[in-house]
Amino acid sequence: VSLTSRKYLLYGAMALLLVFVGFYQSWNVAFGILNLCIVSAIMALGVNMQWGYAGLFNVGIMGFTALGGLTAVLVSVPPVGEAWRAGGAGIGYSVLALLATIAAIVIARRLVPRSLRLAVTVLLMIAGWFLISEFFVPATQAIEAIDPAETGYLGGLSLPIVLSWPLGGLVAAGAAWFIGRIALGLRADYLAIATLGISEIIIAVIKYEEWLTRGVKNVTGLPRPVPYEVDLVNADWFVSLTGWLGAPDVADAASLFVKICYAVIFFIVLAIVMWFAERALRSPWGRMMRAIRDNRDAASAMGKDVTARHLQVFVLGCATCGIAGAMLTTLDGQLTPTSYIPLRYTFLIWVMVILGGSGNNWGAVLGGFVIWFLWVEAEPLGAWFMHTVTWPLPADSSVAQHLVAGAPYTRYLLMGAILLVVMRFAPRGLIPER
Amino acid sequence: MELLDALALLANFVIVPAIAYGAQLSLGALGVTLIFGILRFANFSHGELMSWGAMSTILVTWFFQSAGIGIAPFPTALLALPFGILSAIVIALATNRAVFRFYHRQHSNPIVFAIVSVGVMFVLAGLIRIIIGPDDQTFADGARFIFTAREFKEATGLDEGISIKQTQVLTVVVAVAVVAALFWYLQKTRGGKAMRAYSDNEDLALLSGVDPDRVVMIAWIITAMLATIAGTLYGLDKTYKPFIFLQILLPIFAATILGGIGQPVGAILGGFVVAFSEVMVTYAFKKFLGYLGPQDWAPDGLVQLLSTDYKFAVSFIILVAVLLIRPTGIIRGKVIL
Repeated sequence: VSLTSRKYLLYGAMALLLVFVGFYQSWNVAFGILNLCIVSAIMALGVNMQWGYAGLFNVGIMGFTALGGLTAVLVSVPPVGEAWRAGGAGIGYSVLALLATIAAIVIARRLVPRSLRLAVTVLLMIAGWFLISEFFVPATQAIEAIDPAETGYLGGLSLPIVLSWPLGGLVAAGAAWFIGRIALGLRADYLAIATLGISEIIIAVIKYEEWLTRGVKNVTGLPRPVPYEVDLVNADWFVSLTGWLGAPDVADAASLFVKICYAVIFFIVLAIVMWFAERALRSPWGRMMRAIRDNRDAASAMGKDVTARHLQVFVLGCATCGIAGAMLTTLDGQLTPTSYIPLRYTFLIWVMVILGGSGNNWGAVLGGFVIWFLWVEAEPLGAWFMHTVTWPLPADSSVAQHLVAGAPYTRYLLMGAILLVVMRFAPRGLIPER
Repeated sequence: MELLDALALLANFVIVPAIAYGAQLSLGALGVTLIFGILRFANFSHGELMSWGAMSTILVTWFFQSAGIGIAPFPTALLALPFGILSAIVIALATNRAVFRFYHRQHSNPIVFAIVSVGVMFVLAGLIRIIIGPDDQTFADGARFIFTAREFKEATGLDEGISIKQTQVLTVVVAVAVVAALFWYLQKTRGGKAMRAYSDNEDLALLSGVDPDRVVMIAWIITAMLATIAGTLYGLDKTYKPFIFLQILLPIFAATILGGIGQPVGAILGGFVVAFSEVMVTYAFKKFLGYLGPQDWAPDGLVQLLSTDYKFAVSFIILVAVLLIRPTGIIRGKVIL
């Protein structure tokens, strides 16, 4: 089978699976899965840019996704005026103190002799730290004290949440630029460990800087780009539409309608990202990236600036993950920092890219769809499996109950098994790179 | 008196906890550094191997506890430890046989190894959560304290007390014994010398007749042993919770790289440096400085560099700093390409 027909075959099979879920479980479930499949596919495209195009082993995806999610909150929620009055000035002074510290370090490093440089830098950093804390700590305490049950943070800009998708990408790109400047010189597996650490730091900041993010108190009820179910149920046009279509339950139809709306918008975003990704891969820039990936010394000898190109592709990939992160938070309608764990937000995305086919955008998207589908459906499958293996045991046996309770975790087993089998027997993935 | 009080305060809240934590990190880092030295990759599944060993120990401990077998005043887990080690060795050798050996024979790229170890991590994480569940498990029994803060205060007449938990002493004693045995093995025995030779120069070792499969097998056995001991001691000292072990992987990697990859002494050194920085950077020195300063004086702020929320962030910062400033580590380790 040629590569193209294989591609159509696999995508067709994936579509059939979703239709199958629609008929046998419900269309609500099917579209729920589809929406997250699309978000996963965008993240997978981001990872594929870094790993597939350029061979960068970034396991900090979680951090950039979370930055996108944070942007969604900061763009969409209304500002808390009282908090700004209480602590806004203090935060402003802390930023000024930070800038002053950085300026002092930069100037001091130019003035002092080489041997003293490190000591002076460290001293200035510590001094700057205490200077910043002087303004920062009282300001954040004042902000967090304002109506902590409802707000206790600065709030956002009260702009349409869709705006946060490109902005989330920009924020993630900015962070990636900064991190990439520091970490990209490292060897591959050091880069992996460093990015894993950095992503944990980003999550820690989001969890504990309550004045900015509300932290573990979560921000819920984010505004939506699509209609609300309650409004739909009460809208005449929607009720008559469901009547004309013969839908049995209006509430059910409303929830399905919302999911379809999301699916349409998300699909448009995926199509745009995919179009850019494909164009980039097929351009001279894409060929240069692959040349650097396959033999960086040779590429370097040909006059290609390897470090700059790596930084570029790192920023682009992280930006893509940031866009997906903002979309994900929009879909959830809330930001819950504790839900960010590396298994789900970093390593699962990696399984998607490896299964789909590293270096091939169509493969990465397919991997996103397949793995998310399996991740969701592994739960009922796992429960079914556990019930099957425990049927000889009496229903009240503690072993059987324990195993059935552990059913959701069969998804970890399944993901590990998929990754191991693909790496061993089909390391180029379902749709290999051309 | 003031000076002694300050020292007691520091010992109770910084030195004693950091020593116990450092010993646990060192044991973990030794395992990572061995695999790094022999198979030349960053083993992302090491945390789950620790978790697996600790879980097996806990299951056997529960069995002993229900059967009434114990070694009071010591925790029953100590008695169960050999069984946990055995279980971890079985799982480590099984993953080596089923997964890693193939790539080792192919001389695969370290990144391929790392990705595959992520797969192993997923599988082990799933198995552990199915077997023991995702929640907190307590299994510590036996005497809780060697001496409490109050007993210390009464004995010495100081205002500040030092309390020492039995698990803390146990951690240090076991860690010292294990490290001593490991170094004896690496320095004095034929197998240990073969391992060091293989780690230093693979081709030369092969020419001298070192059997690579055997070296790798021994490395996994030792790693599983160290991982189980580290995981169990950590669980005894704090608590056993499956998801902790992905988080603790990062301080362990930090310790490994800080000490110099493939350097057992470096791993121990790194473990303690990471542990002490983690505890010290997040400790509020207000009271300590208050004792040292003039009478009835105390600093205004908490004199705390980072809030305890960022405890894990400290090791990442160390990690990144080491990678940037001295990627070979304190004791010059290898930089494998």
